[in-house]
Amino acid sequence: MAQQTQQLPPGSPPHAGAPRAKANAFSALLHRSPRLRLAALLTAPAGWLVLVYIAALAALLITAFWTVDTFTGQVSTVWTTENIVTVLTDPVYQRITLRTLWIAVAVTVIDLVLALPIAFFIAKVAGARWEKLLVVAVLMPLWASYLVKAYAWRNVLAEGGLLEWLGAPIGLSSPGYGETAVILTLSYIWLPYMILPIYAGFDRVPDSLLEASGDLGAKPLTTMRLVMLPLLVPSIIAGTIFTFSLSLGDYITAQIVGGTTQMLGTVVYANVGAANNLPFAAAVSLVPIAIIMFYLFIVRRSGALNNL
Amino acid sequence: MRLSRSAKVVLGVISGLVLLFIYIPLMLVVVNSFNADRTFGWPPKGFTLEWWGKAFDSTGVREAVLSSLWVAVVATVISLVLGTLLALSLQRYKFFGRDVINLLVILPIALPGVVTGIALNNMFTTILGVPLSLWTVVIAHATFCMVTVFNNAIARLRRMSAGLEEASADLGAGVFTTFGLVTFPQMRTALLAGGLLAFALSFDEIIVTTFTIGAGETTLPIWILQNLFRPNQAPVVNVVAVVLIVVSIVPIWLAQRLSGESVGVSGARVKAQGS
Repeated sequence: MAQQTQQLPPGSPPHAGAPRAKANAFSALLHRSPRLRLAALLTAPAGWLVLVYIAALAALLITAFWTVDTFTGQVSTVWTTENIVTVLTDPVYQRITLRTLWIAVAVTVIDLVLALPIAFFIAKVAGARWEKLLVVAVLMPLWASYLVKAYAWRNVLAEGGLLEWLGAPIGLSSPGYGETAVILTLSYIWLPYMILPIYAGFDRVPDSLLEASGDLGAKPLTTMRLVMLPLLVPSIIAGTIFTFSLSLGDYITAQIVGGTTQMLGTVVYANVGAANNLPFAAAVSLVPIAIIMFYLFIVRRSGALNNL
Repeated sequence: MRLSRSAKVVLGVISGLVLLFIYIPLMLVVVNSFNADRTFGWPPKGFTLEWWGKAFDSTGVREAVLSSLWVAVVATVISLVLGTLLALSLQRYKFFGRDVINLLVILPIALPGVVTGIALNNMFTTILGVPLSLWTVVIAHATFCMVTVFNNAIARLRRMSAGLEEASADLGAGVFTTFGLVTFPQMRTALLAGGLLAFALSFDEIIVTTFTIGAGETTLPIWILQNLFRPNQAPVVNVVAVVLIVVSIVPIWLAQRLSGESVGVSGARVKAQGS
């Protein structure tokens, strides 16, 4: 096809010939060598990922073993395991780690309880038209800004706000800003991430299977427990990976509705900003990474990772 | 399994309540942006457009909007180029290390935003000694926006037949001509959808942004975060929040229509990390 490279498109001005010939020669070279083509495609994006992201993660791991010069406030490259030891043994950070874990577990359980009935309803009870509409209704708010959602809950929970007004007739009051507010708000923010994979899971269970179970005399609850639940486990775990790991790394919600509640994320942020101790922040950030890796390791056999 | 009528009704009612739970807080922000009462107690005391006027007159808000737009546009352009290149190389070639790169791509969306944020902050300030600015935000955003473009592009490439490209080459078209006249036109809507998603992600991103933005700079989400706790700014914060909701949902809606497929859970995963 090299002979074709000299051909000019009809109507191109004569002086365009020289640069076009050069471009065509390059094009022909690329055509002859798939390896060169691949290199041309891959260099920029792979280079970006490695240089910007992988290098940054590696540097984070290394920085966790450095320290900060107390006089200059600069990071000094003296090797120490002190940061890691402090994070793991200091009771303050142990408490914060446990609190963060508790919040993440509570959020996951609340979302699971809320998501199961609505996902089941959308997939198996609602008609085709409604099904489509409801999926969009769940999907849309997911894309609204995370910050705005946390802010919306600040409004809902405020003194004299909506929740107090709703709760007043039945004698309930707003929990105010604190740990409960963080759990409520995070459950709210991550709920669609639980509904969607579980909905997809219900959708994949064939109706014929459920009918067969019913024909064999199983009551709806028995069918759910013995037929549906086992098929649904990977989807449920996929949902919990979202809610659990997203809650684990949160700090904006804790800042907005948490009052004085400290989570791992708030400690990381405080040490990057005000306290200016990047090595310590790096060490703290390794905790959620380790917990998430551990969780993924436990659930990897369930096939949930293919549902993400 | 045959559900009784009452069981269906109960399920329907629960689903309705969950949807209310999802929508009421967002509606509350919209309503409050027109609420005449400064303390935003419930129920609202009256209707006003004063806060919308104030928001349009605020120079802080206007500058933040411009910064957000600039960051989102540049990050989208970079991620469109990189994401497309990556999708082409991973879909059309088999090579040593392909699986590793496949894993690398999803890493920015597999780890929580706070990790990505501090890793990049540490990279810029401690390792490279680069001062934080809007450019560092662009670099951070492009890194995870690339994934949305990649996802959309590779899904489309999988459904396209490579035969058309071979035919084009056999008929004498060069590599660039084939891309311009055969490959790109087939990918166009997928790239537009991916680009819109990337734009929406970048425009309202907050976590990674707080770690990578320069001291004097504000994007719209940063502006909200800074003014959230100032009671006299509360009315304008409501208006800006409504703007953020609209700006982030409209591109998604467009992308959904363009790509003709559900933006769905994989897109949601990217969103989760980005936020």
